[in-house]
Amino acid sequence: MAKTRLETGSVLDGFTVGELIHRGGMASLWEVTRAGDQTPMLMKIPVLHEGEDPAAIVSFEMEQMIMPRLKGGHVPRHIANGDFAVQPFIVMERLSGETLLPKLKELPLSAEAVADYGARIADALQSLHYQGVVHLDLKPSNIMFRPTGEAVMIDFGLAHHRDLPDLMQEEFRLPYGTAPYMAPEQVMGIRSDTRSDLFALGCLMYFFATGTRPFGDPHKLKGLKQRLWRDPVPPRKLKPDLPPWFQEIVLRCLEVKAGRRHPSAAQLAHDLRNPEQVALTARAGKLEQDGFFAVLKRKGEPHLTLIDKPMDVEAEASDAPIVAVAINLDNMTPDLADKLRRTALRILERSPQARLACLNVLKLNRIAMDQSLDAEGNNKHVQRLVGLKDWARPMKLSAGRITFHVLEAVDPAETILDYARKNNVDHILMGARENSAMRKILGSVSGKVAAEAPCSVTVVRNRQTTEE
Amino acid sequence: MRLGIISDVHANQLALEACLEAGARLGVERLVFLGDIVGYGPDPEAVTQRVMALVASGALAIMGNHDAAIAGGSSGMNEVAAAAIAWTRPRLSESSREFLAGLAMVAALDDVLLVHSEASAPARWFYVTDASAAMRSLIATPHRATVCGHVHVPQLYCMTATAKVVTHRPATDVMIELSPQRQWLAVAGAAGQPRDGNPAASFLTYDTQSRALTWRRAPYHHEAAAERVRAAGLPERLASRLLSGT
Repeated sequence: MAKTRLETGSVLDGFTVGELIHRGGMASLWEVTRAGDQTPMLMKIPVLHEGEDPAAIVSFEMEQMIMPRLKGGHVPRHIANGDFAVQPFIVMERLSGETLLPKLKELPLSAEAVADYGARIADALQSLHYQGVVHLDLKPSNIMFRPTGEAVMIDFGLAHHRDLPDLMQEEFRLPYGTAPYMAPEQVMGIRSDTRSDLFALGCLMYFFATGTRPFGDPHKLKGLKQRLWRDPVPPRKLKPDLPPWFQEIVLRCLEVKAGRRHPSAAQLAHDLRNPEQVALTARAGKLEQDGFFAVLKRKGEPHLTLIDKPMDVEAEASDAPIVAVAINLDNMTPDLADKLRRTALRILERSPQARLACLNVLKLNRIAMDQSLDAEGNNKHVQRLVGLKDWARPMKLSAGRITFHVLEAVDPAETILDYARKNNVDHILMGARENSAMRKILGSVSGKVAAEAPCSVTVVRNRQTTEE
Repeated sequence: MRLGIISDVHANQLALEACLEAGARLGVERLVFLGDIVGYGPDPEAVTQRVMALVASGALAIMGNHDAAIAGGSSGMNEVAAAAIAWTRPRLSESSREFLAGLAMVAALDDVLLVHSEASAPARWFYVTDASAAMRSLIATPHRATVCGHVHVPQLYCMTATAKVVTHRPATDVMIELSPQRQWLAVAGAAGQPRDGNPAASFLTYDTQSRALTWRRAPYHHEAAAERVRAAGLPERLASRLLSGT
């Protein structure tokens, strides 16, 4: 291993080293430039000393393997890797702004502010999980935001990639992660469960809303393991003005068994963006920690029985898609309504973790945008919600699996598309307009959605009889 | 340069042709046969002649235990394998038998060691089925990467700086860079008799420049191949396992 002393002005593989930005325990960060390239760039160089913890080396190797494979705005763009034989480094896009770390001075934040951060971070997690990566070190200092508001996850030194050999797994018997945020299964050495990141995000949201860490900051394995049996103080006990929906979401993230958490980051984001639609359980009203005997009983159980095994990522049932069904209440025949329900149920049956979001677009008049009452003075919005629930009732879905949304807009297709993009919808279901003359005049909403959607679209239509 | 590494063809001509076609589409520039050209399958003569022609135009081939058993004894083989060898012997021409008998036990391309079974004792035909077997092979060679076959199930092992072995089940079509600061042992799947539950022919591509190894699959008409095994009068198990890929 070469031990070149890096300094401002050095040139490495065509990159000119600028200012030292940060020197940490595992790596140092330098500003770099390259001739003919305007991109602000950052060079990360691992701290390598003889006889030191090999974790720094192995985690840097993992990061070199994982980062070039990641796409999208929720990660810094990877630019180059430096050869280990000469000088290992990673050059990546330099993001402007700060991490979430300085926010710690402003805690506690309001539930709404925390939910907004949480939803944006969950979007970033969904993007990573979709690409086969579990971050495993989510914490304020590893989260940044683009000027557009998107969260960006940085530092993949502890990450696990579904399709790559996990060098960290065998190398270290001790769990690696950041103590306050580490999921119970991660404490037990499991590194392949995407829901570990949801636990960490739950810890972050708890901390941001109460100013207190749910499991403290233990420094020994014994202390880390406590979270397997000891439940945190309910957030509303620490801060009584926190709404029940907020506690419901956060305590669900902090469930010891991963199977009781949200099945995907997208579903968590959806809850955080639609607080009024969160199905409240006993978690929401909890004001005391579990009693002495319940905790003692859990403590006595073998630790591995307290946690869930990671999901079988190959299995279809592990899929937790968000299915959006767009219901046009003005133009719905009983036949089509029934056919839409059957199609929705067929999809939900194959994926027990799926969630159905029922959408209705309340078309606004371009001229009178603010008119929310109809001629008789009824609230149109409420009427639409009633209509949606009436459509869904025969499916008999439990409250946690279905949500209802009336979206007010001028352009229905654009609104459905926008909803699908913002909420990581996996599948859109919609009915086709019955009357082809109307379709000719008004254009086909389903046609536009099918053409432009970021996901699968199923257009449901009654079989046309030939004599038409 | 992109290598196409094909192991355990086992006299399955349809599977071999599927791998060659898929390899050509992927831009393979040089072929490597990792042994067990014959045994089990119905087309030993055609397959051996095909490999011989490819070797004449630059391909590399090394010896497997079934190839060795043609000239030597089939002791140590199970009953079905030995029966297939006995069936195969009279169906090979003189030139095919000579070719198989003359195959090298190991070969090296750049810093990649190519061997049918494993590196510690190639002629003893050990199976690398777990981390400790992988470790035995890894510590026996200075090569940074070893590619072997013999087991018929794709697997990747890597030895870390602290001499621990990481085991990884590779996904199809995912490139994995074999970083030079550690040692790797890759087990190719079988082209002619896969046993990982997928009947499609298995092979590898390896880019010598970027050190990227990728497990590939070439689906082929395996029902027809199983039919040929039956028509040849070989044991039924050798036909049925082509259908299930187990």
